[in-house]
Order: sequence, then C-alpha cells, then structure tokens
Amino acid sequence: MVDVALQSSRTATAQAGRKRAGLRNALRRKSMSAFLMTLPLILLIAVLVIYPALYSLHLATLNKAMTKFVGFGNFEFLFKRETFWLVVKQSCIFAISAVVFKALIGFIVAHFVHNVPANKQRKWRGMLLVPWVIPPAMSTLAWLWLFDPSYSAFNYTLSFFGLGPIPWTGDAMWARFSVILVNVWYGAPFFMIMYLAALKSVPEQLYEAAAIDGANWWQRIWYVTLPMMRNIIAITTLFSLIVTFANFDIVRILTAGGPLDHTHIFATWAFRVGIEGSDIPLGASVSLFMVPILAVAAIFILRDITKRGNES
Amino acid sequence: MSRKKLSRREFVAATALSSAALITAPYVRGAYAAGKLSMGFWDHWVPGANSASTELVNEWAAKEKVEVQLDYITSQGNKNIVTIAAEAQAKSGHDIFQMPTWWPQSNAELLEPVNDIMDPLIKLNGDVNGTVKYLGQADGKWLGVPASVGSQIKGPCSRIDLMKKYANIDVQEMYPAGSAPKADNWTLDTFLKAAEACHKAGFPFGIGLGETSDNVDTAGAIFQSFGAQLVDAKGNLTVKTDAVRQSLEFYKKLLAFLPPDVAAWDDASNNKWLVAGKGAMIMNPPSAWAVAKRDAPQVAEQCWTHGFPAGPKGRFAPYLPFFWSIWSFSKNKEAAKSLLSYLSQPASIEKMVVASGGYDLPAYEKLTTLKVWEEVGPPKGTLYHYPNPFKHQTLSIAASPAPPKVAQQIYFQATLTKMCLRYYQGEAMEKTLAWAEGECEGFMRS
Repeated sequence: MVDVALQSSRTATAQAGRKRAGLRNALRRKSMSAFLMTLPLILLIAVLVIYPALYSLHLATLNKAMTKFVGFGNFEFLFKRETFWLVVKQSCIFAISAVVFKALIGFIVAHFVHNVPANKQRKWRGMLLVPWVIPPAMSTLAWLWLFDPSYSAFNYTLSFFGLGPIPWTGDAMWARFSVILVNVWYGAPFFMIMYLAALKSVPEQLYEAAAIDGANWWQRIWYVTLPMMRNIIAITTLFSLIVTFANFDIVRILTAGGPLDHTHIFATWAFRVGIEGSDIPLGASVSLFMVPILAVAAIFILRDITKRGNES
Repeated sequence: MSRKKLSRREFVAATALSSAALITAPYVRGAYAAGKLSMGFWDHWVPGANSASTELVNEWAAKEKVEVQLDYITSQGNKNIVTIAAEAQAKSGHDIFQMPTWWPQSNAELLEPVNDIMDPLIKLNGDVNGTVKYLGQADGKWLGVPASVGSQIKGPCSRIDLMKKYANIDVQEMYPAGSAPKADNWTLDTFLKAAEACHKAGFPFGIGLGETSDNVDTAGAIFQSFGAQLVDAKGNLTVKTDAVRQSLEFYKKLLAFLPPDVAAWDDASNNKWLVAGKGAMIMNPPSAWAVAKRDAPQVAEQCWTHGFPAGPKGRFAPYLPFFWSIWSFSKNKEAAKSLLSYLSQPASIEKMVVASGGYDLPAYEKLTTLKVWEEVGPPKGTLYHYPNPFKHQTLSIAASPAPPKVAQQIYFQATLTKMCLRYYQGEAMEKTLAWAEGECEGFMRS
C-alpha cells in the first residue's frame, strides 16, 4: 500500500518535472518564443482586422433594414445594377493602369538613381520619396486645387501656350486620367525604392559576364536585371494592386466618383451606397466584392513566386 | 437606552412616503445628481456660433444638476454621418445626436420618440414646415426636435449690381427689406433670360451640376417647380412623365448659360464663384455672403439673398433642416428631453440664430421674423427674406415626396443632376428617363 502510494507520488513528481521540462523546451524553441513575441500583434490584428472583416461579411448577408438574413441576396441585387458593373470596370481600369505606370516609372527612376554616384544617391532617394511620405489626403487636396474646375493652375499655365482649358475633373475621360495620374504620382516612389533595393542586390559579376559575352544595354536588362528582379516585381505589383484597388482618399477628394459616376471605384461607391445612402449591407457587399478579385491575383502571383523558389 | 418600536402601520406609511418623494422629485439637487448626458452637436462653420450652444447647454446643466459632455462633430469629410453610422451599429455613444436631413429617417428604429416635447413646442413656437414633418416624422412619431443650428434655405444669392446692369432686374425692389416680396414676375422664364443675359456679359450664374448637396438641392427645387417627381409619395415610379421631361428641357437650356465646368462643381465651387466676383447669382445659404464680407467686402455689399423663381407648379426653395435626436439606447432620456425643450425655447433659438449671424433657421413659423435678419449687413436687410418670412415659397427638399428611405438614395446618388447632365450631353430623352427609372427601381429595395 505504501509502495503504491510512493509510486504514485513519484509518478506525479516525474510528470510535473516532465511538464516543467516540456514548457522549458517549448520556450527554448525559437518558433515558440517567436510566436509569443508576435502574440500581441496577432491579437491586435485579430481585433482590428479579422473581427471587422467577419463583421462586414455578416453585414453583407443582411437586408437593407438589417433585420433579415438574405444570404447572397445583396450580391444578386448588385449583379443586376448597371452602375455596379461600371464601378467594376473602372476599378480594374484604375488599378491596372495605375500599377502599370507606377511600375514603369518606378523601374526607370530606380535605374537613374542606381546610376547616380553613391555619395549623392541619398539626397535623390529622399527627394523622390516625398510624394509617398506625404499623407495622400493632403497631397490630393493640393492636386484638387491644381485641377480646380474654375481656377486650375494647370489651365492657367496652358493658357500661355494657347491651350485648354481642360475639364480635368468635369469630363469622364479627363477625370479618369486625373485620378490615375495622382495615384501614379503618389505610388511610383514605393516602386522606385523597392526596385532600387532589388537592383543593388544583383551581383555585379553577372553584368561583367554579360558584357564579356557582348550583351548590349537592352540585353543586360532583359537577360540579367529583369530575371533577378522578378520576385520583387511580382510582390510589389501584388501589394500595389491590393492597395490601389482599395483606394479611397484620392478619388473621394478629387472627384467624389463624378462626373456621372465615371471615376467611382469600389471603396468610394461603397461609401456612397453604405454611409451616404444608409444602406450599410449593400455598401459592405460592394467592398467585399474586391476580395475574390484580389484573392485570384494573389494566388497567381504568389504561386509563380513559390514555383520559381522551388526551381532555384 | 430607550428604543422606539416601529409599528407595521408606521413602517408602511414611511415607505410609501419616501417612495412617493423619490418618484415625484424630478431631479435630486446635488452636484450632478441627475446623472450624465452626452451630446454630439454639429460643428458650426460660422466662427463663434458653437459658443451659444455651449452656453445654453451649460446653463441648463447647472440648473438641472446634470453632468454634460458636449462634442462638436464636423461635417467636413462626412465625419458626422460616419459617427452616426458607427453609433447606430454599436448601439452606444452620445445620448443626443444632431442629425442632418435624412438621418433621423434612416435611423428611425433606433430613435426615442419625442412627441411629448414636440407637441408643446409647436404650441409655443408655431407649426413647422412640411419638409420638417416629412423628414422628422415616421408613422406619427417625431424622430427628433428640429434644430435651428445648421438648418438652412439654399435660395438665390444675387449680385444687386450685376443683375440690375445685365438682366435689368432689381432684386432689392423685388424682395424689399421689411416688406412682402413683389416677385410675381420672378419666374423660371425670367430666371432663364437673366441667366442668358449675365452669361453674355461674362458673369454667368454659378449653379453646379455635380453630385454634392448644393447641386442636387437646386435641381430638386427646379424639378418641383415643374411638378416633377421621380418617385411619388406612395412609392410609385413617376419618372416617365411630362413634368420630368419639361424639367430636363429647362435644364438643357439653362446649362448653356452656366460655366462650362459645372459638372465638376462641389459645394465649395459656388461659394468661390461668388466671392471671386465671377458670377451674378448662386444658390446658397448666406455662408458665401459671410465669407465675402470677410474676404471680399466689395462683393458682399452687393449681395442680396431672396426667393426662388416660380415654375408652373409653384415656387419651391431647398430647405435642409437638422434634428436633435435621442438614441433609444440613451441612459438619460428624460434629461435629454429636458435639454432639447430648453434649447427650443424662443430665447434660446434667438441666441443661437444671432450667434450664427443669421445663418441658422428655426423651423417654427413664429420665429422667422427675428431682428437679426433685418439688421445684418452690408447691405442692411440682405438676409431679410432668407427665412421665408412671408411663406412666399414652399420649403422642400430634393427627391421628396418619395418615401424618405428611397428619396435619400435619389438625393445622394444625385440622380437628378446626373439626368440633367446626361440629357445635356446628348443622350436621348427616353434613354435618360429609362436610366433614371432603373436607378430608382434599385433604390426601392427594402
């Protein structure tokens, strides 16, 4: 009886010791401590991102009065609306053209900066980043004044050359051009800095080898620079595509979606419908419509990166 | 030690007396004994106008021993309506919220009825206009108390000199300070001729055709002057009618005499147009005149606010009221009602109107002849006709009389101005009407 009692207490002690050792081992493991250290951030994201995302999913399944579950009813309704498809089309035009130009300008400018002597590069990098570090709501206000229908500084300047006035925000085509232009101006420095970092990581020997092989400037770009930058280009494009699709401030301040809804994108139209029109479930559905589009883009781009990673 | 025994009868009597005292006493006098009350008021753009509201709230709070928290929430960037949406979702926030035009209706289920204070206030201050009833009542339930602060009429503000010189119209003679309007000839036809004359002279009327409130309000009043409704009061589609066609034809003619960029105008564009001295008329409350008084006094001296031109179906002017509403989740509804009643006394209303320089408009008919509108200037009497003292025009809001939840969509989607623009840009009339009908059908979802 005593033996049994001793045995059981010994077992309990050993178990407790094992538990303590297990905890110590777990804490010693890098992944565990990393998890614990990121836990506050994970919780913050859960509260500020995951909860609102789930809540907006819930909202999108309610009727206008938010009293009844309608499933996909709001989406069915949206699919029948002419304005909704106009918004889908414009969001794609806006995001794709803005990202293409941002990438192109970022790539060209990154090359220029890369070729600037090292001691002067910092100054250039700082100056070129200015559009990206100014809060877009503020810089867009300045653009609004430049495009002002009646007092546009651009039109004033053009008038000296006998040109204009151009209805920057009053004509559908020009208004689209204006919002894309401001987005490109704001976002190109981000591409520039990412591409510059990528350019700096391309080994110089590759260029030397290409030069020995007689590659010209274009061939060096096509066969050396671009393949080495592919992953950065893909990730930057994906990130920018997501941010540009979800843009709100530039369009809201510059045109508020006009004229005749021709510059509305998902976020501005969701605000118009949900907040100004007091139809919150429909507004939530409009903004959620972006998710599958971006998810498909993300899957393709990330799959490509993983594939290349495995190949190398 | 003597100890008095309490009989059962004495105990019952004492309990009854103390309960009665507790129930009947409205507020127990002690520091903040009547609890707390929080308010989200609209942040006035007239400098100093908020201070009158603050003083009145503090006076009331000191008298009633209520601890108050007063937040002024701007409408810049729609912060006020975003806050309303957030509080409605969270069912938590301020006790009283000052809601613009459509928001009492869109939150009707979450608002405390205030009929018990509205009935005495109407007896005291006179009846309210039809737009206040349309926006402030649902099924006989008052959803808020009309707030004078922020409520406005967006009628014409004309340049006296330019209208006289180029359109041969003496706006001061038509709307004389201190007496009834003599504006029988002030019709949409006269208005159109004046627009043409001023356009030819290089001072076009500054009437926008964008998607923001000022643009939509003007279009709304003009449509109503023709008797045009997109959706009637019963919720029937009435887009394809002669009245709507006439309104579009009128706008097509008018647009030819407006600045070429009006499709891009927002609520600031018309103000800038007037203050810069570029146009002979805009449709706006006196805020543009107030800015001109500060920045361009020579323009302000020539401004005269007056009534809308009349159309075949009457004379309509855009009226946008604010309401003080009490959330149903408020924990101190009685105190909230007491405060709203205090803020709606004639003396309180006059104090707030004076502080706003005459910008704010009381909804009650006995309070449209306050001295402030006679006295402010220059020129003296410029705002005399602003509060519609002779009921010369019907105060209305664009998209009414459609059921308010449908009308709100028509209003914020700017369906009226979009129709005008589409038709002006060359779209066939029937195609424009079909497009608008499709839009309105969508707005009717429940």
